[in-house]
Amino acid sequence: MDWNFIVQYSDLYKEAALLTVRIAWIGILGSLILGLICGMIRYYKVPVLSQIAGIYIELSRNTPLLIQLFFLYFGLPKIGIVLQSETCAIAGLIFLGGSYMAEAFRSGIEAVDRIQMESGLSLGLTRRQVFFYIIFPQAAAVAVPGIGANAIFLIKETSVFSVVALMDLMHVAKDLIGLYYKTDEALFMLVVSYLIILLPVSIILTFLERRLRYAGFGN
Amino acid sequence: MEKPVLEINHIEKAYGDHKVLDDISFSVKKGEVVVVLGPSGCGKSTLLRCLNGLENIQGGEVKLNGEQISQNAKNIHQIRQKIGMVFQSYDLFPHMNILKNIILAPMKAQHRAKEEVTKEAEKLLKRVGLLEKKDAFPRQLSGGQKQRVAIVRALCMHPEVMLFDEVTASLDPEMVREVLDVMLEMAQNGSTMVIVTHEMQFAKAVADRIIFMDQGKIVEEGTPEEFFENPKTDRAKQFLNVFEFVA
Repeated sequence: MDWNFIVQYSDLYKEAALLTVRIAWIGILGSLILGLICGMIRYYKVPVLSQIAGIYIELSRNTPLLIQLFFLYFGLPKIGIVLQSETCAIAGLIFLGGSYMAEAFRSGIEAVDRIQMESGLSLGLTRRQVFFYIIFPQAAAVAVPGIGANAIFLIKETSVFSVVALMDLMHVAKDLIGLYYKTDEALFMLVVSYLIILLPVSIILTFLERRLRYAGFGN
Repeated sequence: MEKPVLEINHIEKAYGDHKVLDDISFSVKKGEVVVVLGPSGCGKSTLLRCLNGLENIQGGEVKLNGEQISQNAKNIHQIRQKIGMVFQSYDLFPHMNILKNIILAPMKAQHRAKEEVTKEAEKLLKRVGLLEKKDAFPRQLSGGQKQRVAIVRALCMHPEVMLFDEVTASLDPEMVREVLDVMLEMAQNGSTMVIVTHEMQFAKAVADRIIFMDQGKIVEEGTPEEFFENPKTDRAKQFLNVFEFVA
């Protein structure tokens, strides 16, 4: 292992890691919003929109991110829509993540007993108030483990972004291998970089899950 | 004659071919306690749920103070504020403590001040002997305690009518009493109530009027004395016999 090489190129990894974190962060946030909207549409069976959301979810979950990115990056320009690498990566991540988050939210909402909605309504709250104050907080608590797993999954999926010419971690590693044949060092740094990003997320999520499950409900 | 608070005129409800409610009519006067009895599956619970628009009806009408109640009405949530309901299954909101469970609807639906509602909630909790539980979560309460909180939560909205849907049916026998006592006290204080129950002794004690239902129809209606001592119909006699234990 050439430690000098590692020290020399660690800045490249740092930058790439920051880029990965930034894209993942925006992508996860976008997925959450898209997922919440789709999840609610599916749960409340909004006519037409529900079918559209259903098709989207199946399409998104049953195609690899790589193909989705190819479509966005190489396909869309053919009909005159040219996206920058970064926009493309974020859009791809949201497209993929939205469906997973939608399913997590929907299962969370479905886990809340029907009587909760009815007792809220019978108290004279509107449907919206019942959702906001009663259903959503309980659904979110149920959905958190799923959402967390999805978030980690999405961060890991960023490793395919090099195909849209983005200087992410994978790209840097491949470049260094191509330029200097330092395969061991380059891959070692890659693994370390992902661990540095993912381990804290994982730990925070475990903590959050425990808090939501035990503290909030009075145990 | 005094105008009834709640009027039920010829309501009909069916699931497919199965008629759940078949031409049900009755009315409830202010301060009156009406107990609905009948075998399981006779439509008692469905009837209650129709009264506050949780179920829609296919025919007839339900009126509260002359105002029609329908599930699709724009102001259904405002009408529901005047009808309190307590369910068989404990329906407290598990993510809120007891006090928050009670003050949520008065604050959000009636826009009342938090201090005022809190004060009232504490007063009511004290009356049902649960003031020290106000910071506890529903999970930490027994079934009977939960039902008493559910009653307080409904009362805090100042409803004109209270509906009770077999509120003691899933309680341990020892806890039934504490809930029924609260309801009995409400009845004595002049609350207007419609109660579905299987507790015959309680029905006898609390009711001003008994409505006996079977297969979606009102079979018999009368004062508790008439109904329990001299049931007019064979169906009612047969039903009451089930509860008699003669050694």
